[in-house]
Amino acid sequence: MDTYDPHIYEFSAPGKQGVNLPRLDVPEAELPAALLRQDGMNDFPELTEPEVIRHFTRISQRNASPDTCFYPLGSCTVKYNPKLHEEAARYAGFAAAHPLQGDALSQGALRLMYELQQDLGEISGFDAVSLQPAAGAQGEFTGILVFRAYHCHRGDHERTEVLVPDSAHGTNPATAAMTGLKVVEVKSDARGNVDLEDLRSKLSPRIAGMMLTNPNTVGLFEDQIVEICELVHSAGGLMYGDGANFNAILGIAKPGELGFDFMHYNLHKTFTTPHGGGGPGSGAVGCTAALAPFLPGPLVRQGADGRYAFFTPEKSIGRMKAFHGNFGMLVRAWAYIRSMGATGLREVSEVAVLNANYIRARLKDLYPQAVDRICMHETVLKGQIAGAQGVRTLDIAKRLIDYGFHPPTVYFPLIVPEALMIEPTETESKRTLDDFIDTMRTIAREAVEHPDLLHQAPTKAPVRRLDEVRAARQPILRYNAEAFAKLRAERAS
Amino acid sequence: MATNIPTELRYSKTDEWVRVEGAEVVVGISDFAQHALGDIVYLELPSVGAVVQAGASFGVIESVKASSDLNAPVGGEVIAVNNELEASQEAINQDPYGAGWLIRLRPSGDEDELMDAEAYAAHCAERNH
Repeated sequence: MDTYDPHIYEFSAPGKQGVNLPRLDVPEAELPAALLRQDGMNDFPELTEPEVIRHFTRISQRNASPDTCFYPLGSCTVKYNPKLHEEAARYAGFAAAHPLQGDALSQGALRLMYELQQDLGEISGFDAVSLQPAAGAQGEFTGILVFRAYHCHRGDHERTEVLVPDSAHGTNPATAAMTGLKVVEVKSDARGNVDLEDLRSKLSPRIAGMMLTNPNTVGLFEDQIVEICELVHSAGGLMYGDGANFNAILGIAKPGELGFDFMHYNLHKTFTTPHGGGGPGSGAVGCTAALAPFLPGPLVRQGADGRYAFFTPEKSIGRMKAFHGNFGMLVRAWAYIRSMGATGLREVSEVAVLNANYIRARLKDLYPQAVDRICMHETVLKGQIAGAQGVRTLDIAKRLIDYGFHPPTVYFPLIVPEALMIEPTETESKRTLDDFIDTMRTIAREAVEHPDLLHQAPTKAPVRRLDEVRAARQPILRYNAEAFAKLRAERAS
Repeated sequence: MATNIPTELRYSKTDEWVRVEGAEVVVGISDFAQHALGDIVYLELPSVGAVVQAGASFGVIESVKASSDLNAPVGGEVIAVNNELEASQEAINQDPYGAGWLIRLRPSGDEDELMDAEAYAAHCAERNH
């Protein structure tokens, strides 16, 4: 077990240097005093280059990632990232392109962006796509800004409410609040879907739109989706599709055809660009022709001469990001779509749904299902094991770490008590799924016979159970030698 | 685990309790709620003098698991806030009906749908399994 644990400041000593800079050959300029930090935050650590490299390499070796273990983080689609895409993204024509070199010198990069816009539009059934947003939440923010711009452009300024189901990702209500609109919660019914009666009661001329994830965060398809869209449209509202769970329906259902007006694609979930660890993400957005004039630019179009050029839609809400989105991620997503093809993408969803149901069917006798239905790409179970005293979902999740698995998402969706949300994705073999299932069954047995094993877990990770309460109540947000010495002493005793 | 539901209080669907004390009411969250949330780590309460509406959010409560709205079971003017909780949110987990109280209101007469202890116990049982 790797117990490497120093803080980089603990190696620091005055005068240590990582890089030898050449002698100054221009007059030294004084920084204006007004630009200097006044908060004392100027004591950067001083280290040699090997110390820095070793420190961060050692820390990186403690990471869990899809390259080191099964990572079934529900609602997050952490799938394997094919290494071929890394090679494509490193081609000098992409990696070394300068965003200001102009359209004429960027035709290859522009063509890739154009084709990705076309492909994402085709996969989702939308007329226009903008690759600007940096990640999913910014895609949501873009969508609601576009809804507002669309309504205001029609002279309708009274639409100040956004409907959000109680099973939604937290980013949905946060997005609505960020745009200055009011969040109105819609309840779920006993089947885990939107409660149509509750939805009807909340429709009014004040509705700007509804934000919905389909399949939803309980891993269930909203089978009344067409009716939901009709209801919201009949009240003059627009439908926002949260694309977090798009991995379940590729090549099978198109949000644009189901009745959605706008959606974001998490390229870092569905389209295998790296997820987590700073990614960066990519939250491209697609929409209907009616909303296309409001999209954030620049977009790419192809002229009659076959050449590609950037343009900004006439009523664009403006840029969401400097330059052209997280371009390296666009290259990886393009590579993924082109290497899978239409048939391959459909198989992705078929296998993702099959894998989730395999886990569901083999675990539901020990871990009750949130809703007794066939699931989509993820299954939501409850960590309520019969006969286990005082064992909670958190203990089960921590025990999984001891067995070498990244835990699934826990305590989400909020409407399911003790939720365990498992999303295996299509990239796992049956053997990996069986190993995980066997481990979950072992843990259920341990929960009854030796609950201490769960309460004390993890025991085989570099750190033991973290004090989440203290971390939230008394966080130490920057290095402080005294506080660190105190923590070390506490840990040693 | 048995949930403590004092019979003299009334409860909202969203798990807040109300205790009438003369012309004033005290509001907090139930034992069921604190148990479901887990350790409370952050709390946002209104200022004294604020007017809250029945059924509307009057604050935010955050645990290691999730962040939730606090909904006012009755409307009225806030006449006191439990400032002790700023330093010791654990009182909500340890003593939700006593030291863990949240706000004191002068009620306006406007009330959300409230339940007695028996109805609330059924409401909790329904969600437990």
